[in-house]
Amino acid sequence: MDNLLGLLLNPFSHAFMLRGLWAALLVGFVCPILGTYVVLRGMSFFGDALAHIILPGVVISFLLGWPIAIGALLVGTLAALGIGAISQRTEIREDAAIGVVFAGAFALGVALLSAQHSYAVDLTHILFGDLLGVSGSDLILLTALGLGVLLTIFALYKEFLVLSFDPVLATTLRLPVRFLSNLLLVLLAVVIVISLQAVGVALVLAMLVTPASTARLLTRRLPYMMAGGAAIGMLSSLLGLYLSYYGDIASGPAIVLVETLIFTLVLAVVSRRKLRWLKARPVREGN
Amino acid sequence: MAKRISRFGPHVSGAPPIVIEALSVRYNGTLALDDLQLEIPSGARVAIVGPNGAGKTTLLKVIAGTLTPTTGQVSIFGRGPHGHVCIAYVPQRSQVDWSFPVTVQDVVMMGRIRKLGLFRWPRRSDWALVSRSLEQVGMLRYRDHPIAELSGGQQQRVFLAQAMAQEAEIVLLDEPLTGLDLPSQEAILNLLDGLREMGITVLIATHDLNLAGERFDLVLLLNRGLISFGPPAAALSQKALLEAYGGHLHVVPDANGSILLTDTCCDGEEVATHG
Repeated sequence: MDNLLGLLLNPFSHAFMLRGLWAALLVGFVCPILGTYVVLRGMSFFGDALAHIILPGVVISFLLGWPIAIGALLVGTLAALGIGAISQRTEIREDAAIGVVFAGAFALGVALLSAQHSYAVDLTHILFGDLLGVSGSDLILLTALGLGVLLTIFALYKEFLVLSFDPVLATTLRLPVRFLSNLLLVLLAVVIVISLQAVGVALVLAMLVTPASTARLLTRRLPYMMAGGAAIGMLSSLLGLYLSYYGDIASGPAIVLVETLIFTLVLAVVSRRKLRWLKARPVREGN
Repeated sequence: MAKRISRFGPHVSGAPPIVIEALSVRYNGTLALDDLQLEIPSGARVAIVGPNGAGKTTLLKVIAGTLTPTTGQVSIFGRGPHGHVCIAYVPQRSQVDWSFPVTVQDVVMMGRIRKLGLFRWPRRSDWALVSRSLEQVGMLRYRDHPIAELSGGQQQRVFLAQAMAQEAEIVLLDEPLTGLDLPSQEAILNLLDGLREMGITVLIATHDLNLAGERFDLVLLLNRGLISFGPPAAALSQKALLEAYGGHLHVVPDANGSILLTDTCCDGEEVATHG
């Protein structure tokens, strides 16, 4: 018993591991709640693109000695609004507009980095996260940003719901549709910044999409999908850190692997259950 | 229930619900609606008919204020459409994501969110109105069901309940009867009768000329331009139909007059009407 307790507590006997745990739990909680909208609105590609787009912002903040969040947020917000403007004002469709901005910004970020001498080490940290390098002041900033996102989603819950389910209804109810859509993009940029240190640019998408999708398989109600996604996200963060500590693998990929494993298990169980249910189900009368 | 006092839209008292003046809509260079001029009286039930591509959906969207006309204007109760929350627009069922994780009562409550206002959650009176609306359309016992489980007719009834919860005074429905079996169509039409008793103006786009002729006060025959507008017998004259449907309309002599067959409708289905 003591042995097991030791196994569970040992990793967190170091302050840096505790800070990492807090950051990972925060990301695990916040990402799926916003990720629910990403999944339901079909914005996965946008989410992935935005994560890569903020790279130059990260590098510039790093070079100037600013907190990473500031540059990333600036570039992310600009790019999100820029993509919206391109697809609304020209013939170019949104996915192509995203592609153009995505590739260009990512290239700029890598180019800026490659001009530095410490290229290899830092690129790895930015691409795949550096959970154990989270400082105390980082943590305060991340927590404040996370709370801001949660409060906004909570306050505008019914507006975002209508916007996502039925944009035409949102228009006939005279809601500020353009403002709400842009706000959702800004929230996405903020959440990506929060996740950056935990899992890195390349794997942020998993935090947004995987736990929310897992929850989507389990429930047909939006609040439960958010809550379920957040629970799965936090559990994955915790298990991922153990996997990282005992398996000696990078923490970001470890968390994402756990998330993917949970998704696969749930998918297997749900498909089996559905198959059985379909077989047993009597023919429903139309009405 | 007969008189509805609107506390929300900027209404001019005594103004007709919908007035359209010199309205044209152009999409990427092609004319979707050409110089429409018409006035819809209060509490009327109007069927908008016409061949595919006649601009039926476009007209509904312009009235709803989700599409801005190229020229001309729409007045709703005497003012432009943008300030109003008294218009409910029910899109074609195929336009809605029915797998979205919400329940029947969630969808109906969506009609109320503007009246709730920012940062407010539904109160008991709002839930009571949602329940009453669901009861009126006979869907109360499905309130907690996910919308994914509904049949076509049930989906349409839920949207009507949403319009009631919105306290809409103008209800626009795009092809609400398409793909429904006869009993479901009948149920929807009866609900529309109920709306009329509440003094609500109802416009539906349909390709079913029979139904338009038999169950509506006014028929608006459209083919980009306005072909005819008035009581069914007058609006659906053989001359007007030939003008709207052109070569797609066949006149077959019959003992009681003649039968008109159109073959422009959706999915190759044919609709017949007595002329």
